[in-house]
Amino acid sequence: MTTDTTTKSPEAAAVPPPGAAPQKKRVTQGHRRLLTRRDRITLAAMAGVPTLLHVALVWVTAIASILLAFTTWDGIGFDSIKWVGLDNFHQLFSDNPQFWPAVQHNVIWFVVLILIPTPFGLFLAVQLDKKIRFTRLYQTAFFLPVVISMACIGFVWQLVYNPDTGLINSIIGANKPGHYIDWIGDPKLNLWAVLIAASWRHAGYMMILYLAGLKSVDPSLREASALDGANEWQTFKNVIFPTLRPTNTVVLVVTIIEALRAFDLVFVFNKGAQGTELLSILVTNNIIGESSRIGYGSAIAVVLLVISLAVIIPYLIATFRKERRA
Amino acid sequence: MSSTTVAAPLKKRTPVRPGRVLLHVFLAGTALAWLAPLLWAIFSALRPYSETSAKGYVSWPDKLSFDNFTNAFEQSDMLHYFGNTLLIAVPAVLLTLFLSSCVAFYVSRFDFRVNLALLLVFTAGNLLPQQVIITPLYRLYLLTNLPGITASGKLYDSALGLVLIHVAFQSGFCAFVLSNYMRSLPHELTEAALVDGASVWRLYWQITLPLCRPAMAALATLLSIWIYNDFFWALVLISTGENMPITSALNNLSGQYFTDPNLVAAGALLTAIPTLIVYFALQRQFVSGLTLGSAKG
Repeated sequence: MTTDTTTKSPEAAAVPPPGAAPQKKRVTQGHRRLLTRRDRITLAAMAGVPTLLHVALVWVTAIASILLAFTTWDGIGFDSIKWVGLDNFHQLFSDNPQFWPAVQHNVIWFVVLILIPTPFGLFLAVQLDKKIRFTRLYQTAFFLPVVISMACIGFVWQLVYNPDTGLINSIIGANKPGHYIDWIGDPKLNLWAVLIAASWRHAGYMMILYLAGLKSVDPSLREASALDGANEWQTFKNVIFPTLRPTNTVVLVVTIIEALRAFDLVFVFNKGAQGTELLSILVTNNIIGESSRIGYGSAIAVVLLVISLAVIIPYLIATFRKERRA
Repeated sequence: MSSTTVAAPLKKRTPVRPGRVLLHVFLAGTALAWLAPLLWAIFSALRPYSETSAKGYVSWPDKLSFDNFTNAFEQSDMLHYFGNTLLIAVPAVLLTLFLSSCVAFYVSRFDFRVNLALLLVFTAGNLLPQQVIITPLYRLYLLTNLPGITASGKLYDSALGLVLIHVAFQSGFCAFVLSNYMRSLPHELTEAALVDGASVWRLYWQITLPLCRPAMAALATLLSIWIYNDFFWALVLISTGENMPITSALNNLSGQYFTDPNLVAAGALLTAIPTLIVYFALQRQFVSGLTLGSAKG
């Protein structure tokens, strides 16, 4: 991960390792004493205003999601908020025919992304890291889908999957009545169709992350391995891949978050119709749909929040601990 | 690729040529397959609807023209929606960079104790799925009355509301990246200036910020593309179709104006053009920004 190297190396260079902590403190105190009243106000505003905005719009709303999940509210007056305990969750887990399929689809989304486009992205990165000609050209082609908006990707893939006019059905002759293959509407097919589009984008993203990781691998490792008579695959498996550990962590977290965030593509594709329900779609439909139930929608959001934090918090603690040690 | 890097391994490489050729065939084939969906969209967009409906979509083209592009652009008044995006994205990018560099400056130069806690809050917030906060946010936007400030009189359905949520959400990632960057700058610089009696503001504005230019450029590129590509916030927080930025408007336009697949293809491709221009012009910034803080989802 490049963030680590940028933080670690310069700081280690500027501050001698054993005396790192005390020296830092002295710097802080030194700064403090020189500050005028106006400086202190400036600093307070510089730290305070952005924090206030971020906390108010992101964390207060996240906590409000948790609280509202235990209530019913019509959204009109604050006095109409009623505490209902776990009712929303009971209903969600036992009565909502879309909930468990949605959870299942989010899990499938993650499993497919981590098993197919992620290793493929790594494979491409290893090939493109070989100092070959045209490597920029290839990289641009693979990375192009990452730059384009998910909404646009949804429209482009609709042109491929459209049962009447799409590329696939036109080629295999399935666009005549009676032979239709409905890639977008058929609940047995549509999740896989949309996952192909998602994988198409994900592979390029992973390729770029791995390329950055590979650039930081010490070239002498590779040479030493070659001198020992290891072949390409052995070198990769025993030498290169283990040194990519920090990149692998980032890739894992990014992939989980992508699987939880998946929304735009499916929404454009078929609005999350049967077969492609996702947690994010259920939350959104509850807001922009006809029957907006605030407490109930929040309960779905809480499920999403709990899963996300279970991934985010351990990852960030590990990252920041590493930084503190540096 | 510079000529030196190509020339050096050439001598060694001579015996393994067949492997290299195979690799190039594989990479070129895969790259072409990767571009196929986009090329298909371009091909469809270039053909008149009358021709494709008569001959089928997989057929030799008699006539290729940009008519679909001009029609899609004019019929749906796309320029208006590009304008909406500009009105949202430009302030959002500038404000995000300004606010996150302020936070980064504070935590990296002055307060090491709150440093980690603050960064943790910012970064974690940025990794949350947007849907986690949308229900209360939607209510908050509906309840916030701003008569006279926004056209709708509320935060809901206004460009201001979108700018604020973009800034709040994205500043987490930028603060993280920038504080790492600022910590790598030598402390003596700010130290000396403080002793000389410079104000904190000058320290930030005239000494620290100019040194952060590479990181800021990378983040600005990344943010522009992300905010341009955003679909979700505007979908929920904007109710008037007229007020939507282009990426979210595409969904409505495709039902209203783009009546055949060829027009849909042209419309969708038109929305991708600005991102592609930014990407090709600033590819290096984009990629370095992405790997700079690869923790971003």
